[in-house]
Amino acid sequence: MLTYTLRRIAFAVPTLIVISFIIFAILELSPGDPMSQVPLTVPIEVRAQIAEALGLNEPFHIRYLLWLNQFFINEPLNLIEHLSGWDLGERPRVTSWITRAPVVDLIAERMPQTLMVVGLAYLFGVLIALPIGIISAYAKYSLFDQFGTLFSMLGYSVPTFLTGTLLILVFSVWLGWFPDSYDTTLVVTDWASFVAQVEQMVLPVTVLTLFNAAQISRFMRSSMLDNLGQDYVRTARAKGLKEQVVVLVHVLRNSLIPVVTVIALGVPQIFAGAIITEQIFRVNGLGALLIVGIEGADYPLVQTLTFIFAVLIVLFNLIADILYGILDPRIRYD
Amino acid sequence: MTDATLPAAAAELAPPRTLWRDVWLQFRKHKGAMVGAAVFFTIIVLVIFGPYIHTIDPGKLDIRAKNAGVSWAHPMGTDNLGRDMFAQVLAGGRTSLAVGVSAMLLSIVFGALVGTVSGFFRRMDGPLMRLTDLFLALPLLPLLLVIIMLFRDTLRAAFGPETGIFMLIVFVIGITSWMQTARIVRGEVLALREREFVLAARSIGTRPHRIVLRHILPNVLSPIMVAATLGIASAIITESALSFLGLGFPPDFPTWGRLIYDGKDFIQLTPERVLWPGLAISLTVLSVNFMGDGLRDALDPRMRGR
Amino acid sequence: MGTSRTLLLAGAAALSLAGTAAFAQRGADGQVNILYWQAVSILNPYLSSGTKDIQGASVVIEPLARYDENGNLTPTLAAEIPTLENGGVSADLTSITWKLKPGIKWSDGTDFTAADVVFTWLYCTAEGGGCQQEAKFGGVTNVEAIDPLTVKITFDTPKPVPYAAFTGGQGPILQAAQFKDCVGAQAQSCSQQNFYPVGTGPFVVKDFKANDVVVYEANPNYRDPAKPAFQTVQLKGGGDAAAAARSVLETAEFDYAWNMQVEPEILNAMTAKGNGEIVAAFGTSVERFDINLSNPDSALGDKRSTLEGGVHPFLTDPKVIRALSLAIDRQIIVDAGYGPNGRVTCNIVPAPDFNVSTNNDWCKTPDVAAAKALLDEAGWVPGSDGVRVKDGKRLSILYQTSTNAVRQGTQALIKQMWEELGVETELRNVSASVFFGGDPSSPDTFQKLYADVQMYTNNFDGTDPEAYLSSWRCELIPSPANNWLGENMSRYCDPAYDALVAELGKTADPAKRSELAIRLNDMLVQGGAVIPLVHRATVASAKANSLGGVIANAWDSELWNIADWHRVK
Repeated sequence: MLTYTLRRIAFAVPTLIVISFIIFAILELSPGDPMSQVPLTVPIEVRAQIAEALGLNEPFHIRYLLWLNQFFINEPLNLIEHLSGWDLGERPRVTSWITRAPVVDLIAERMPQTLMVVGLAYLFGVLIALPIGIISAYAKYSLFDQFGTLFSMLGYSVPTFLTGTLLILVFSVWLGWFPDSYDTTLVVTDWASFVAQVEQMVLPVTVLTLFNAAQISRFMRSSMLDNLGQDYVRTARAKGLKEQVVVLVHVLRNSLIPVVTVIALGVPQIFAGAIITEQIFRVNGLGALLIVGIEGADYPLVQTLTFIFAVLIVLFNLIADILYGILDPRIRYD
Repeated sequence: MTDATLPAAAAELAPPRTLWRDVWLQFRKHKGAMVGAAVFFTIIVLVIFGPYIHTIDPGKLDIRAKNAGVSWAHPMGTDNLGRDMFAQVLAGGRTSLAVGVSAMLLSIVFGALVGTVSGFFRRMDGPLMRLTDLFLALPLLPLLLVIIMLFRDTLRAAFGPETGIFMLIVFVIGITSWMQTARIVRGEVLALREREFVLAARSIGTRPHRIVLRHILPNVLSPIMVAATLGIASAIITESALSFLGLGFPPDFPTWGRLIYDGKDFIQLTPERVLWPGLAISLTVLSVNFMGDGLRDALDPRMRGR
Repeated sequence: MGTSRTLLLAGAAALSLAGTAAFAQRGADGQVNILYWQAVSILNPYLSSGTKDIQGASVVIEPLARYDENGNLTPTLAAEIPTLENGGVSADLTSITWKLKPGIKWSDGTDFTAADVVFTWLYCTAEGGGCQQEAKFGGVTNVEAIDPLTVKITFDTPKPVPYAAFTGGQGPILQAAQFKDCVGAQAQSCSQQNFYPVGTGPFVVKDFKANDVVVYEANPNYRDPAKPAFQTVQLKGGGDAAAAARSVLETAEFDYAWNMQVEPEILNAMTAKGNGEIVAAFGTSVERFDINLSNPDSALGDKRSTLEGGVHPFLTDPKVIRALSLAIDRQIIVDAGYGPNGRVTCNIVPAPDFNVSTNNDWCKTPDVAAAKALLDEAGWVPGSDGVRVKDGKRLSILYQTSTNAVRQGTQALIKQMWEELGVETELRNVSASVFFGGDPSSPDTFQKLYADVQMYTNNFDGTDPEAYLSSWRCELIPSPANNWLGENMSRYCDPAYDALVAELGKTADPAKRSELAIRLNDMLVQGGAVIPLVHRATVASAKANSLGGVIANAWDSELWNIADWHRVK
């Protein structure tokens, strides 16, 4: 298992390099040359400086290597400096064109609200989906199952911009229970501010939870159903094991294999997939940042953000594969 | 479903039993699946033939009749420019269903192929899974923007504005959504490959492609079915998100997602504007889901005959 | 938000106990929540000319003089407005001398002096600084501090209207001490200064999150000790216009929301609840069509939509343009999309009144029959599919605009009006940030105009249309040669027009200027470069009833008088 894990980690590095190459190439492919993406108002001299900093006058492969240097060495060093307070010398920073501020700072500024809202919604989604999926499968075609199906299909098929608007209408406009806007300047210092924080999170988290739970519960139910019919279940029951043990230990463990993949693969989407919900509730997290970057042709911002997404995806794929090995010893990796 | 026209009496003649005949017989016993199939069939018939009965042009503006409620002339009311909602829902359904089904098929076929090959053939696993990781790691939105920017004009010139955008959207949604299916199918195949019946088949010298077709694929159909069900819904919704970003169909070209998006601000004034397209999406997704359930049960040999 | 509201209520309760003198106290009214659904990116108008950024900065940094709600220049940091009469403007019109108000302090407590004004000029005109307001200093040869309270601006030629520099939201004064290391190329990396400018205005920046939220608090050194009434301002961004309207008019979480581009029936339903109202002011914004006078055929490759690629196959015929204009029922468009925030217009210069032409008013009454007759007369006859043809060319128009619910509604309406005329219309919408982004590599920008017609809103600052009208000169046509950098989207090129613009530049007499402006306006409208549609309110904002002191101003930043905003008790 350990060698397998190490080998997979070793494999992740070339994967990332290929992905970074593709991201770079995609932005190269976008019509015109990258320097023309600099706003027109940036004067020619500054353009030349930016071009030089990015190495745009160099041939493609040199430019790509410089780009790697910026992402893999300079920015991590900046991060270390920031976290530890050491001074490791001056380095060029990746600067956003719209705000004229370092991209990494912008991302760091938005991380808290994204993790709070989108991350929590994902956690809740999983926590709700697993029991729903298990019970629905165990009591197949029961009233609970039918309602579970209806709920998850509605959650999945109604666009988040509609559920969000509906929730605002009911809970902000009619009932006045929760605010319709997320205040990113709120700092939790006491009970009152904690309540305010919870209140402002309720609606966006609910919308996203509904959407996430819908998807995962379907996969859980289907996977459970597959396993409930297997011979080993009959054997376990025949052995006289308690029904609880059969379902919650034997079946659940085996059913989790595909579900874990779905869950692990969904985690990176926490950072990219809540664009619409973020906009409706003015959460202004990373999804909103990406959209601002794309719409404003802020390529340093888009490059950095997309590469961070890519790193996260590779990381969680790795985690999914390792969990596979733990959950299903039959899958041999040598 | 293609056999739906067969007279039920045919069963009594006891034709030779084939796998698909068994599946169909089992499918018919599944009440939910039959209701789902009926609803789905009705929706398809409605969006295809509806416009021949309800002949109002969905793009026709009648500013005097704006924001109207339900009436004989406008069974679902009108929008804020006086367009007939029923005609728009029908026209939107054509596009949405076509996008949903084609993008889903593209993504399922490709995903299942990659997943099966990479799970079953060890040598292909590494490269194919890296390809999957790669597609998963590709940032969807910038990719969409670049693809649409690069090819929109070419496709529009070649196929006209609607067909061109349709092909682009189906392709883009399909090519960016097959990876989950591939991963799940691969996971299942990895486990199945070590199962006794596959080992048995292999030990008697069955060729790999027959093992895949006879033993592996029928057993991974259920996760594929779930992915297909969700795939239709997510394709319809992705399309609406594209319209939301201004990259979808032309604005005067209704789809269900777009109708909901346009109508959401009017939810207090004319709630039926989001109700009907919303209901249409939900009914479609639910009915496809129940059909998927039924098909899944019918495909499971252990469930058959129960 | 919950806590801030509690604070507000507590503040209000304390005030009502304190009695009547309460409102004349700085910071007594707690917090005001403002919503700009397009968030502020940077607080330096010299580095970003976006409306939201200029307005966000106007709370902190101030110009020498502002435009009031009637379009008159009123002194802010200056003691008075220099004129020929008071000797502030030299008799030969080549210099203007501003006297500054004595005793003004920056928010850090240091004195505001003429040196800061001079520095601001140096900052914006420095090499490599990328200053976006450089045009305001066009023709300025020198800015000098005569003494700490006197600034003299010298021009290279006589300036009939010498007030462009240092006035309005686009011309605030930066503090020399803060920005001294940010001149030229360094301007790009001064994010601390660009996010937290030191100003003379009623508020100072307390917290800035780019593209998200700005929190301001009252400036302790503001010149009027009784102002501002609010202790803090929160300027939040995100969401869309309809959601912003709801936040003010329905949930009352915000006191003021900017740019209410929402269908009138939705706004009416919301204001009917009685929590607030829409405040509007009409400036110079006109929703219009740019007519592409060059050929946008994609077969032309690099020459597409340039004059080198040839003229447009049919839009260069003024009869066709007049027919297209006559076929549009503008009142329907106003009623469907704008309501009280729009008026029918037939002119590209819609205000102020003395510059408005009456020669084009025929367009106010739509006449489909006359439009059809015009097309018949021009040789365009209906073909077998109802689309008019002439010499094998079809009257088929690709009509593009930015993505936005009101615009798409207008598109649908006009498509129908034109198709009734026998003009085939294809619609396209492009995300606003791409459309207006000006990225020369994108095929979808409004400068490229890879379409037959496009619709959007444009306006001009202040009341003088000279700079605006001069954007239709030949040399400003966007083309690959100037990297698509140009404002003349119609590719309108008429030497007579250019000569008239030059004449306007030399004329000082106001009556004569008006006459020239009207002639230029008529040339553009009748020459088929533009089809004006709707005169739009520049300010159309939602305001809660509890917010007092708001005066809608179409001629300057909407937040121009935020020092006077207060809580209504």
